[in-house]
Amino acid sequence: MPRLANDGDDHNTQAHSSPSTPQSPETTIERSKLEVPRPPLPPRPTNLSTLRSRPSTSYQEHGSKDGLLSGTTTAVTTTDVNTYTTNDGSRKLHTSIGSRSPSSSTLKRGVIGSPRLSDTGDSSSLRSYVPQLETREEVSSLFGDHITEEDDEGNSRPSQDVFSSQFEADAIDIDFDKEFDSIPEVDEDGNNEELAHSLWRSKSKHFMILSAAGKPIYTRHGSDAVISGYIGIIQTIISFYQSSGTSLRSFSSAGARFVILSQANLFLVAISRILESDSQLRLQLEALYMQILSTLTLPNLTHIFSVRPSSDLRRPLQGTEVLLSSLADSFTRGSPSTLLSALESLKLRKSHRDIINNTLLKSRVDELLYGLIVAGGRLVSVVRPKKHSLHPGDLQLIFNMLFEAEGVKAGGGESWIPLCLPGFNPKGYLYMFVSFLSLKNNNIRQAAAEEEIPKEDAVAIILISANKESFESMRSVKNYLVHELGRSRSLATIQNAIQAGRPLPTDIIPGTVLRHFLFKSKANVQFFMPSFTSYETPRLRRRLLSVYHELHASVHTKHASVKVHHSVSASHAALAWVTPMFELYCVAGPSTGRNALAHSANKVVQWVQKEEERIFLIGGAVF
Amino acid sequence: MANTTSGGASAPKPSSSVKLVLLGEAAVGKSSLVLRFVNNDFQENKEPTIGAAFLTQKISLPNRIIKFEIWDTAGQERFASLAPMYYRNAQAALVVYDLTKPTSLIKAKHWVAELQRQASPGIVIALVGNKLDLCADAEGSGDAETAPSEGGGDAETGAEGAAADVEAETQTDTNARKVPKREAKAYAEEESLLFFETSAKTGSNVADVFTAIANSIPESSLKSGRGGGAAGATQAALSGAANRAEEARVNLGERGKDVKDNCAC
Repeated sequence: MPRLANDGDDHNTQAHSSPSTPQSPETTIERSKLEVPRPPLPPRPTNLSTLRSRPSTSYQEHGSKDGLLSGTTTAVTTTDVNTYTTNDGSRKLHTSIGSRSPSSSTLKRGVIGSPRLSDTGDSSSLRSYVPQLETREEVSSLFGDHITEEDDEGNSRPSQDVFSSQFEADAIDIDFDKEFDSIPEVDEDGNNEELAHSLWRSKSKHFMILSAAGKPIYTRHGSDAVISGYIGIIQTIISFYQSSGTSLRSFSSAGARFVILSQANLFLVAISRILESDSQLRLQLEALYMQILSTLTLPNLTHIFSVRPSSDLRRPLQGTEVLLSSLADSFTRGSPSTLLSALESLKLRKSHRDIINNTLLKSRVDELLYGLIVAGGRLVSVVRPKKHSLHPGDLQLIFNMLFEAEGVKAGGGESWIPLCLPGFNPKGYLYMFVSFLSLKNNNIRQAAAEEEIPKEDAVAIILISANKESFESMRSVKNYLVHELGRSRSLATIQNAIQAGRPLPTDIIPGTVLRHFLFKSKANVQFFMPSFTSYETPRLRRRLLSVYHELHASVHTKHASVKVHHSVSASHAALAWVTPMFELYCVAGPSTGRNALAHSANKVVQWVQKEEERIFLIGGAVF
Repeated sequence: MANTTSGGASAPKPSSSVKLVLLGEAAVGKSSLVLRFVNNDFQENKEPTIGAAFLTQKISLPNRIIKFEIWDTAGQERFASLAPMYYRNAQAALVVYDLTKPTSLIKAKHWVAELQRQASPGIVIALVGNKLDLCADAEGSGDAETAPSEGGGDAETGAEGAAADVEAETQTDTNARKVPKREAKAYAEEESLLFFETSAKTGSNVADVFTAIANSIPESSLKSGRGGGAAGATQAALSGAANRAEEARVNLGERGKDVKDNCAC
């Protein structure tokens, strides 16, 4: 696996990157936050003088102030960015974008000093295991960047944020006490109409679904009386573009981003004041669409509208509003799983997981298509046919239904649920057997409905069959599994793993500067993250997720050739690192230097390599 | 309540399984009735059931123990086509409507008709009007016979005039009742159904419904022990894990867990 080169005293160009080391992070010099879409970066300048003109690097010699303003690199959007040098030699970048929260980006040369000096500590130890020294320069120009300190000016930002909205992670401040509150019905006299509308507008995020004929199907906030006007406007705008043969995909207005997903008979609309890119919002809309397909199947949906284009889809979808809303709210709170399109697994010793996998394989009957054991939304084990993998989007729907929405779990007992898994096959239903287990006091039994099982602790056995009559045989499989897993003490193992919780970043890397990270293994379509201990409130967690959203957006824009992205703000220093094998997103405290960050990123990668078979479900039980 | 009746499970009485299915319009309180019966619990604003939930609960009769295998189905229309799977071979059905919602009684009548046409011939059907707690005449209505006299004018009038009367009463009395007891009861008698008005919220009459059903199941259909309901599917699955699962059930039993038995044997 590649490691992050972090040596900075050489100014090679990108062209010098050896083609023989394709795994090496193809770093490009990146300012911390960049406007997208960006054009592909041209070849790296090859001499120091051009480097000097780049305001983002710290290689500046004294007396090169003119160079600071004389030109920009292609990586930097000139808009609204001003740099100047203060008396003490530190440089500051200012954006003129209003309504930003105060944040700092004082670029203080003197502190890091020359990379030549600063690298001796962190990176010399790194270098010992960095095989691709050719990449040193790019990394250095990245990590040779600045540190931040409290900004006396109060309102500077290094650059535009990723999608030129005026919001940034630090500014995101969802009032979670109120965001999910319901909006009162407008009474008959319309007395509280004003109030309802102002409450509606106060929400940070909206999801709306309407039919192509303009009928409302779903809205996260507000009753029909409140949203009908908005629905009408949205439909008018969409149709206007459609009539001219194009489809409107997104636009910004009044500080909110509007993203529209057009399907054959449906329009799904996301309105977000939270820092999210179009593609991230589109992913969320696709998840909502998949939830609708999961309820109806694609042929049913098509049929309903082909019979009567003005059909009211709310009736066939009755009862699934809670599923759509719990999906929507998990997006509003921030979902690493959705952001990364990956699943999280419960950390288990390989030998323990092997036992569980083998038990699942032994339990299998002919009718069984997929079998899963899931602990609080984290995969424990999967049994599946060789020719069918599981689509993360499908599992997200299932996990949302079982662990976010309360309907299935609260009912107690065992459930038999017809559902369509659109990733598997959007045309037909499968049948899902669900049983929640209570593992309290090592007393393994079926969860009684009155027990309040915390979301994180709920363990479910999920058995999926294509045969709607196979409830009894699925139930037999479950009874066998519960018995065998109890006998092999695997259920106790699972319980211990749940109780142990996610490790702290400092448990993983002693003394690390990292506060949190997300590691996605592309091959396994899974991710790992440490506990959210430093981000306990929903608001803090949302900000963290917004940092991840920004990082993710900047390395995933269409034309981004960026493979490493470093970002600094008043509240954090962050790093994204993308290779063909993995994606790593790290967040550390605001004054963390690049070297320390890079060092920790490398340590994370090393740790993941070592722990791969514990933190990821690799292979699983395949038949 | 339900839990008191399940206490005697260890008594050496003959034990029989009864497959019972709940049917009715969405949001009439089917799952809440089951939750009250099985766990003696109630949840406000319970989310809709998806698909169907399977629960078991035992009740002890003087001469035998009845183990209900309960299929709590979702009321939404899109699940209606799956209903035959659940009422097939069922020995009992609870058809539930909402006392405050006349259309739910219409839907209940449809279910009764479908059951009479397509379910097992001997099926015991109970018509249950739920949400009695919302009705001003709920007091003392635990006794099915006394309620009409307390119900006031609405119960005395015919079905046609009832709505207006109830409407008037709603305004004066905050009585949300929209389905007069007399009307539903008359229909139940006509169709030879058991009839109860219940409140899953207060628990009123809930255990009585299940006890009455248990008492109404003909001895002959209890002989088989295990309700025929799932037998077909089980036999189909007897190869493979099913056998091992039987063994698992036995072992689970041996551990003497006093929790609600989760096996169907």
